Amino acid sequence: MFELIRLRKKHGDQAIPDLFKANLPTHYCGFPILDESKCPKKCRTCQNICPTGAIEINPLQIDLGKCIFCAECQRSCAHEAIQFSNNHLLGAADRKLLTIATGMTAASYQETAIKARKEIHRLFGRSLKLRQVSAAGCNGCEMELAASNNVNFDMGRFGIDFVASPRHADGIAITGPISKNMAPALHDAYKSVGEPRVVICVGTCAISGGIFSGSSELNRDFFSAIPVDLYIPGCPPHPLTIIRALLKYLGIE
Amino acid sequence: MNWLKIKNLQAVPLSHIPRLATDELVENMLDQIHTGKRLVQFFANQSGKDLALYTVLADDADSFLVLAAAEVPRSKSFASMTPSAPACHLFEREIYEDYGIMPAGHPWLKPVRKGIAGIEGGEESYHFFHMAGEEVHEVGVGPIHAGVIEPGHFRFSCTGETVHHLEIELGFQHRGIEKLFIKNRRKPFFLLKLAESIAGDTVIGHTGAFVNALEALSGTRVPLRAESIRAIALELERVAVHLGDLSALSGDVAYLTGHSVFAALRTLATNTSLAICGNRFGRGLLAPGGVYSELTVDVVAKIKSVVDELEEKTELAADVLFASASVLSRFEKTGAVSKKTARELGMVGPAARASGIPIDARADFPYGVYASFPVHAFSLSTGDVFARAYVRYVEILQSLRMIREQVESLPNGKIRRPVTDLRPDHLVVSLTEGWRGEIAHIAITDKRGQLCRYKIKDPSFNNWLALALAVRNEGISDFPLCNKSFNLSYCGFDL
Ligand code: SF4
Repeated sequence: MFELIRLRKKHGDQAIPDLFKANLPTHYCGFPILDESKCPKKCRTCQNICPTGAIEINPLQIDLGKCIFCAECQRSCAHEAIQFSNNHLLGAADRKLLTIATGMTAASYQETAIKARKEIHRLFGRSLKLRQVSAAGCNGCEMELAASNNVNFDMGRFGIDFVASPRHADGIAITGPISKNMAPALHDAYKSVGEPRVVICVGTCAISGGIFSGSSELNRDFFSAIPVDLYIPGCPPHPLTIIRALLKYLGIE
Repeated sequence: MNWLKIKNLQAVPLSHIPRLATDELVENMLDQIHTGKRLVQFFANQSGKDLALYTVLADDADSFLVLAAAEVPRSKSFASMTPSAPACHLFEREIYEDYGIMPAGHPWLKPVRKGIAGIEGGEESYHFFHMAGEEVHEVGVGPIHAGVIEPGHFRFSCTGETVHHLEIELGFQHRGIEKLFIKNRRKPFFLLKLAESIAGDTVIGHTGAFVNALEALSGTRVPLRAESIRAIALELERVAVHLGDLSALSGDVAYLTGHSVFAALRTLATNTSLAICGNRFGRGLLAPGGVYSELTVDVVAKIKSVVDELEEKTELAADVLFASASVLSRFEKTGAVSKKTARELGMVGPAARASGIPIDARADFPYGVYASFPVHAFSLSTGDVFARAYVRYVEILQSLRMIREQVESLPNGKIRRPVTDLRPDHLVVSLTEGWRGEIAHIAITDKRGQLCRYKIKDPSFNNWLALALAVRNEGISDFPLCNKSFNLSYCGFDL
């Protein structure tokens, strides 16, 4: 009994008190800052090294929906044209907005990336229940989604939770590149969620197939029929990235 | 028997691998398995017109591996070993599924990853074992599970609450990883990132096996400092997951203090990984030839203080957990796997150690720093949920000590050396001990020194059937608890 009390006292209060003030270490790879003016003509070093084809040249662009934040482009660039900041606010409500170009800053990105909508706030602003569907996710994104609700990050304080049945859910949070073998189950889960429903892609694999995009074992037809409401990039996205994107989307932040 | 005796990470020319007749290979395998050797890998490889079977067996006690190959006969079939050596069952199914080589007489020749029920284009529909009896009812769970976890289908045959049979259908996560390794063999950096995504909860374990294999094939010497950093990362991964699983096990028996205390401790461990390399799961740390991230003085100080804190708090939390009558009544005698069964199935990792089989690749086939910092495999004999939980607890403490030893004796020097070309026509077996157990990668190069086969085995491949047997005659409500005590990988199995 006394041991238990001692343990609880030691454990103390674990929740991060103010998630809006939490920052990640300086070497964390978050929002990339690009400066094309530093690029020598015809240089394609970063584009050639990028494992997921996330980089375009002329003009220099990084697609956060494909990027796995490996920082190899930054390492390989002798001209410092690509510099990853530690800013973890990466979510966007539109696939096109995930493309980062020269001149964009973390602040300018956040202004446009997610615009809170009144009806979303009214419907889900006080309670959003999600059914998570892992469709060939490697368990990285799954673990970070689970961590978002743990004692430290405690996303539940904002009324956001994961539920067991799609019938109890307001939407689905998809992880993984969508294997052929999971495509039917993903469809079923989606159809089982009552309307109105939201679709959230968590992690680079869900958004674009990521490192697996060249695999013959995927079936990403789901996205040709069904619109996505929120994209949360990362490999995997940090729990703070996940939570802040959701809060912005719900108009809580 | 003229099998080739090799060590972990010893690259051997293909021409040195004995070529047997298939019948001889099968007979030799059975002889050796029945006299105590353990099946590490059994797979097929097609190179040009040559279709061959390769076998790697382990002598854990004497720390060596043996290797042989056989050309597949025209009949494209061999006598299944599964009836007398159950450890072969999945390897044979995989060989059949991927290469159409028939293990004649296999009692359970079902799809491994490619025949999911109801999927169009699936090679065949999956037929579940059907248990007859008026009172028997079936419970199907998945592929999507209640929690935030990976997919797989579980089919229980029960009378009342009691489970008589559980069949686990996997393959939903299949991403074609082995094929991607070959398709992208000219892009080493891509392969590195692919290795990190074999199983996202075992980034260091699998990527470690991959970089070790490349270094062995190229003859690259890894700087000592990098080897230390790799070991710190591998042990940190083990600590983090074991803590997370102790949290989940506590949650499954409604012991909420443990649920939150262990989860908070896990965060400390994952955040230490974040401090080391910028990623909570160690992504981006390992490089062929070394590591990418230097351990600065600040990071070393942080690691030391986290290790102290984790040690103190984990001991306290575990003392309370393992003294709680309500916890013990659920953990003890639940989901027991006997030593005999564990041996027959070829189980590995903490689950095997909990059933009295003290094998550990770090101890038996040492690589990197483990040759000079020996690990003693801790084992128990009851093989129940309690044993699996307790083994993990002891391993957390062992790993913390190992991390402390490494940071206190961190060698100076560089952290990376360039990797040269791979030797042509070679094969290497690369074993690491991930937190789930033995990870076995096998890389084969062609005459140009390009990878032409990359075979991956996650420890889950050995252990899933053990979970199915563990829940027999248990209440179905104990399934989540049993499942968590193993915490096997879906994507690591499905590849
Ligand atoms: S950080 Fe992103 S853009 Fe840069 S190389 Fe890696 S995946 Fe490509």
